[in-house]
Parts: sequence; C-alpha cells; structure tokens
Amino acid sequence: MPVDTNIADPYLFLIVFIGVAVAFPLIPLALAWSWRRFLQPPKPGESKNAIYECGLESSGQARVQFRARYHLYCIIFLIFDVEAIFLVPFAVAFTGLPVGAFVAILVFLVLLVEGLVWAWSNGCLSWRN
Amino acid sequence: MENRPQIDEKLKNEVSKQGIVVTSLQEIYNWGRRNSIWPMQFGLACCAIEMIAAAASRYDMARFGSEVFRSSPRQADLMIVAGTVTKKMAPLVVRLYNQMADPKYVIAMGACAISGGPFKDGYNVLKGIDRYIPVDVYISGCPPRPEALLHALIELQHKIDGQQLTGRSRAEFLDPEQPSEFPIPALGKHDLEPPANTALFRPPSIKRD
Repeated sequence: MPVDTNIADPYLFLIVFIGVAVAFPLIPLALAWSWRRFLQPPKPGESKNAIYECGLESSGQARVQFRARYHLYCIIFLIFDVEAIFLVPFAVAFTGLPVGAFVAILVFLVLLVEGLVWAWSNGCLSWRN
Repeated sequence: MENRPQIDEKLKNEVSKQGIVVTSLQEIYNWGRRNSIWPMQFGLACCAIEMIAAAASRYDMARFGSEVFRSSPRQADLMIVAGTVTKKMAPLVVRLYNQMADPKYVIAMGACAISGGPFKDGYNVLKGIDRYIPVDVYISGCPPRPEALLHALIELQHKIDGQQLTGRSRAEFLDPEQPSEFPIPALGKHDLEPPANTALFRPPSIKRD
C-alpha cells in the first residue's frame, strides 16, 4: 500500500494546538512582566502594599474565633423551616384528605414539638455566655 | 520621543491608504490603555447614580471600553470621585487612590468632588478632593449628566493619548521621581490634619481690591 506523503501526521494539529495554548497566555504575561521590569519604575508604598483594600486600615488579628453557640438555633430553625414545607401543602389539601393522612401529619407535628420541648428544657433556646 | 523624529503624519496617511498601518510603541501602548480604562466601583453620593446610569445600557460606557467597574483598587485605572467627600471619608478615598496600581487617573465628578459644592460650608465636608489627590478631569454639574461623564472619559482618553513614554515630559508613572502615593490625612480635633497636601494643592490666590 503506497504511503501518501501529502497527508501530515494526524497528531500534528495536537502539537500545534498545545503550542498555541501555551503561547497564548504566556506572551501577554511576558510582555507585561518585561514592561514592568524594564520600562515602568516600581513604586511600592505602605498603603499600596497593604493587605486590606476597602480603604480602611486593617486592625487586629486575622485569626479570630466566632462563637459556635448559634449552631443550635440554626439546627432548630432548619427543622421548623422544613416543617413549613410539609405543612403548606397539607393545609392546601386539608379538606380532601383521608383520616390516615391527618393522623400522619399530626404524628409528624407531635414529634417535632416534642423535640422542641426537649431542646427548650435543655436550655438550647437560652443564650448563655 | 523628544530626540527622535515622530512618524510623518502625511506619510502615515499615505501608507494607510495602501493598507499599511505604521505606528510607534507609544501610540499602540496609549491606544490600548485609553480604550480599556477600568473605573473603580465606588460612589460617595448622588453623583454615583448618574455614574451608574452612564454605565447602564442607555448611555453605555462600554462603547468607550470602560464598562468593567472593578471592586478592588488594585485592578482599577480610574477613580471616579462621584459625590460629596466627607471629612470622615476623605482618608479612605486617599488610601484607595494610593492602593491603585500605576498608571492611575482621577475624575472629580460634580460640584461636591470639585469644591464641596452646595455643602461647602458644612463642617464635615471636604472642600474638593484635589486637596489630597491629583485630579485629571473635573466635571461641573450637580449632578453632572451621564453625557458629561462620558465627555470626561473622552477628555481623559485624549490625555492618555498624549502621554509621552520617554523624555523629560514623560508621564508621571514612568518617572521614578514622581510619587505614586500621597499622604493620608488624619481626623484631627476640628479638621483633617493636614487640611490640604500643600505639595499638590496650590489654589490661585484671590486678589480683592
């Protein structure tokens, strides 16, 4: 079978593609770097090199702790938030519901209220320092 | 380019008719800069509403390459001081200007940013942001219309176009002697300390007979 020499290597375009993909970002970066290196004088300064960029002076430490106590409220809120999602369709379809469904939602509510009472009695809703 | 001859304008026109573009590094550099002026996204008062209108679709600042409002001073080229600068805000504005990377430009938008405007007699109002930072373009108005802001932008583009890269009259950001940061005023007992950057702010003396 004669080899057709006119057709280039089918993988050649991959090499070209990789070359362009590397050169495309590198050329502007190199231009910007050489502009800064050779043409534009550097002018660093105290506020120019500051970390915070909102106009205010940074104060204090970056490593601060937040109270984790709020997560109890979050969890309880989440439970009752989910409850609302179930209660709204229940209320809409209330008149057409069989007794079984009514009992089921009551059991669901009782479970949640029981959980709330338990959390309350354990002091989860009172803010202690 | 002071020592070297500029490209002859006639010759440039002639060859451009033949489809050949002749340019210099300065021209192409300034062309790129003036068509991508990124303003900083901050407004101080009601002028900011006009600034927002200028950026929105009706006036469309994107036609001039300036639609990219950056929230960080490090990515911005242009500070549009849009509104009343209170004395409490002035140190923050100066610090933000200091944090911008060179080359940087300032537009004082509206009467308040220029001179304090209608609030000039207020105890808490800075009488012009040019007391602390160099302003390139002033726009009058209270507030200026978006067209006025676009006009200021075009004026700034003209200024950038004329900036020299070399020689004695080169642009400030290329001159190592010129400062890039300006002293940040502090809140004193009655006024900002100092009340103005005297190296920068030289108001004309008023002569009264």
